[in-house]
Amino acid sequence: MANSQLLLQMKNITKTFGPVKALNNVDLEITRGEIHAICGENGAGKSTLMNILSGVYPFGSYSGTIIYDGKECRFKKIKDSEEQGIVVIQQELALTPYQSIAENIFLGNERQKNGIMDWEETRAAAIKVMQQVGLDEDPDTKIIDLGVGKQQLVEIAKALSKKVKLLVLDEPTAALNDEDSAHLLEIIRYLRDKQGVTSVIISHKLNEVKAIADNVTVIRDGTTVGRMTNSQEHPLDLDELIHKMVGRELNNLYPERVPNISEEIFRVENWTVHHPVDHQRVIVDHANLYVRAGEIVGLAGLMGSGRTELAMSIFGRTYGSAITGKVYVHGKEVDTSTVKKSIEAGIAYVTEDRKGYGLNLLRNIRENATLSSLIRFAKYRIMDEARERVAVEKFRKDFNIKTPNIEEQVSNLSGGNQQKVLLTKWVISNPDILILDEPTRGIDVGAKYEIYEIINQLASEGKAILVISSELPELIGICDRIYTVSQGVITDDVQKSKFSQEYLMKGMTKEKEKVKRVWGL
Amino acid sequence: MGIMSLGSLSHQKNENTKKEAVLAAFAANARQYGIVGALIAIIIIFEILTKGLLLQPNTIVQLIQQNAYVIILAVGMVMVIIATHIDLSVGSLVGFIGGVVALLMQDMHVNWFLSIIAGLLIGILIGVWQGFWVAVVGIPAFITTLGGMLIFRGLATTLIKASIPVNNTSFNAIAASYLPNIFGWWGPFDGLTIVVGILAILAFIWSQFRKRANAIKVGLTPDPLLATYIKIAIAIIVIGALTFEFASSGNATQGGIPIILVIVGVLILAYHYILTRSVFGRRVYAIGGNRRAALLSGINTRKIDFILFVHMGFLSAVAAIAMLSRLSSASAATGTSFELDAIAACFVGGTAVTGGIGTVPGVVIGALVMGVINQGLSIMGVDSALIQTFKGLVLLLAVAVDIIPKLRKR
Repeated sequence: MANSQLLLQMKNITKTFGPVKALNNVDLEITRGEIHAICGENGAGKSTLMNILSGVYPFGSYSGTIIYDGKECRFKKIKDSEEQGIVVIQQELALTPYQSIAENIFLGNERQKNGIMDWEETRAAAIKVMQQVGLDEDPDTKIIDLGVGKQQLVEIAKALSKKVKLLVLDEPTAALNDEDSAHLLEIIRYLRDKQGVTSVIISHKLNEVKAIADNVTVIRDGTTVGRMTNSQEHPLDLDELIHKMVGRELNNLYPERVPNISEEIFRVENWTVHHPVDHQRVIVDHANLYVRAGEIVGLAGLMGSGRTELAMSIFGRTYGSAITGKVYVHGKEVDTSTVKKSIEAGIAYVTEDRKGYGLNLLRNIRENATLSSLIRFAKYRIMDEARERVAVEKFRKDFNIKTPNIEEQVSNLSGGNQQKVLLTKWVISNPDILILDEPTRGIDVGAKYEIYEIINQLASEGKAILVISSELPELIGICDRIYTVSQGVITDDVQKSKFSQEYLMKGMTKEKEKVKRVWGL
Repeated sequence: MGIMSLGSLSHQKNENTKKEAVLAAFAANARQYGIVGALIAIIIIFEILTKGLLLQPNTIVQLIQQNAYVIILAVGMVMVIIATHIDLSVGSLVGFIGGVVALLMQDMHVNWFLSIIAGLLIGILIGVWQGFWVAVVGIPAFITTLGGMLIFRGLATTLIKASIPVNNTSFNAIAASYLPNIFGWWGPFDGLTIVVGILAILAFIWSQFRKRANAIKVGLTPDPLLATYIKIAIAIIVIGALTFEFASSGNATQGGIPIILVIVGVLILAYHYILTRSVFGRRVYAIGGNRRAALLSGINTRKIDFILFVHMGFLSAVAAIAMLSRLSSASAATGTSFELDAIAACFVGGTAVTGGIGTVPGVVIGALVMGVINQGLSIMGVDSALIQTFKGLVLLLAVAVDIIPKLRKR
């Protein structure tokens, strides 16, 4: 035991998923009684690292060592790490909505005698941990009746009931409003000071990190790139943190293009969207944007910033409630209240979730490719398969979809080729405006380049392109202009001359401005 | 997108790749051929076990007449299951609609043809009723149709009491009679059947060559010629054998093609066409395979759900009429557990429990597999209770054969 101050050491952690190296020799050191923040872009490997710590990825599926409380640990399942007092609270809360707070706190850890629940003990013990997290509710209240902020507190109370020593919170405030966020951070501080609980917090909100963390570890592309301290005397330098988070060199991963931009064809005005269930929560706050013909515009935002919600709420109101605002195509206001009307207005939305929202994996390329424009390939409602084949075949060649023929089931294709099929589905509907949500997520570098070429080609045909991405180099590499989004607010409209990852990241992490919020109400 | 050069076709097509292409043309439908193979194996086994009784012409006619209702219901059920729903009410609908049609003819002396039309309309109306609850209100189909099952069984029992005999000969002929011998008897054979058989073979050959011609016309590589010839040869054997069987079926006064076979055949062809060629069919597969993706592609998923239940109501009415004609009597219990026969036929025929996968020919073969097992075991004198047990095992086996290879893949 070199340093008894250290509670946790993760050394040389490497984890691969097939050919992809998610983590490459990551080191992490957590001191007893601190609040430690882990920062990094989406996909940097933060969550993977925590899943290794908790045993979700069991010992043997990764390489490297975990030393916790002076002993080497080999967790095979979550239960193993919890027995040692390590509790990870995932972004997606693991509560059963129709059971009570008390039942949830002791889920899997029931207060019981010979298999019979001891309800008095359950309630009494629940109230005790609830008090510690400042949760003033009846322990019999059902989870479904609580707001997300209080649900988060139930998770922490549950962790306390397990005698937690190391509490890991993955994006705990991503879904919370400002007040609930502040309360949660207060609780984490209280647990550190009064209960001696060490916390690890993964967050995209850099101001929050600055407010609460004692130390920060920065992870980028699966490796530890730096460790920073934050104290009264040496406050965290956010510029330096951002530089560490994004600091990689751009190289020629992006095809050359001479933009040919003409008149404006797409405009969104005062677009406001509320959460589909929690109607009070504003997800998109008075967004204004426009895209011109032949222009490729980026929408840069981190996960949870409202970027996908903005796109889906425009496209047939497929997300959100109480949506207000106007959409113009070619200067005329259009009705986008259903997907069909949006398509007719000339808008296409290519989802970020290829498998969940994009493709029918049970069918072939041809049938997927024409799904958004079936009527165009039909006569008296009967499909003209010959015409359909010719059209899809053309895209197979143009987009270089690597498959023996278009009758191949899409589940047999690689991610890059599936993405091309998804693009085909929308290009074939002949839209004027294409909203591409994370168009290169999870595909290899070669296929990415081809997707960029397709995007460039579409722009040169005079289409307006809006690309949503959290990969800044990608946006800088292909866009003519970039909007930054943070917490549902479009914070900046960045011209090409000002493109830099640091500058964009500032816009993407900007806290909701007070002015904006007053104006928003 | 600018038109790019057509990829240059490789010239070195040797014998091996030709063979592969022929195999590939068949492998595309491997699952379908698998069930067909199973059906053939089952037929051969029972032909031996029943000492040649199974393939007697009149046994085959009986097989069709007995299983017509399963095929009619399964054709609708497969569409419903593809779209991730289920319909538990079809058995009760058969009982209820059969009762209404019998009442119209017997008690109210309505013309038999008008009674049939009324029956079909009632089926469609009930489909609208169930479609409303599923598609508009959003109650899961399982619950809606479980309700329908109770509602219409109850109504059938109230309406019919014990039973209503039907003594209209025209109506009863639907299930029991044959098409008229308009070409007379050619030796022991019905002339009309021979003519229809030959026409069917010619139509098949024509459709195969038209498919090739279309593919070539739009610049695509068609299946190899050899594959087409193999398909044609198989079709000639199968259609020829069936023609022989039906042509020599019947008795001294009538024989040939059973009327019910014509009805079932038309429904099979029509619904196969709808499911594979129409925009509606595409949308059914789309919402079954990924409902959210279908929604985001601009498909009105509720409308599709609604139409599906209307189709199911219509087909339930057709099955009700076929059943009433066959039994010549409506009873309160008619159609009990028919929904399960139809669902079983779907799953034996390769329909996926989770939706998105299934074909009309598949479920027809699924229904025939169950029918042949039933018929074969009956001829052998096996107790009907035990036959049920056998059918249950076959269902399990058929789905297991489908699932086990997928488990290994993981």
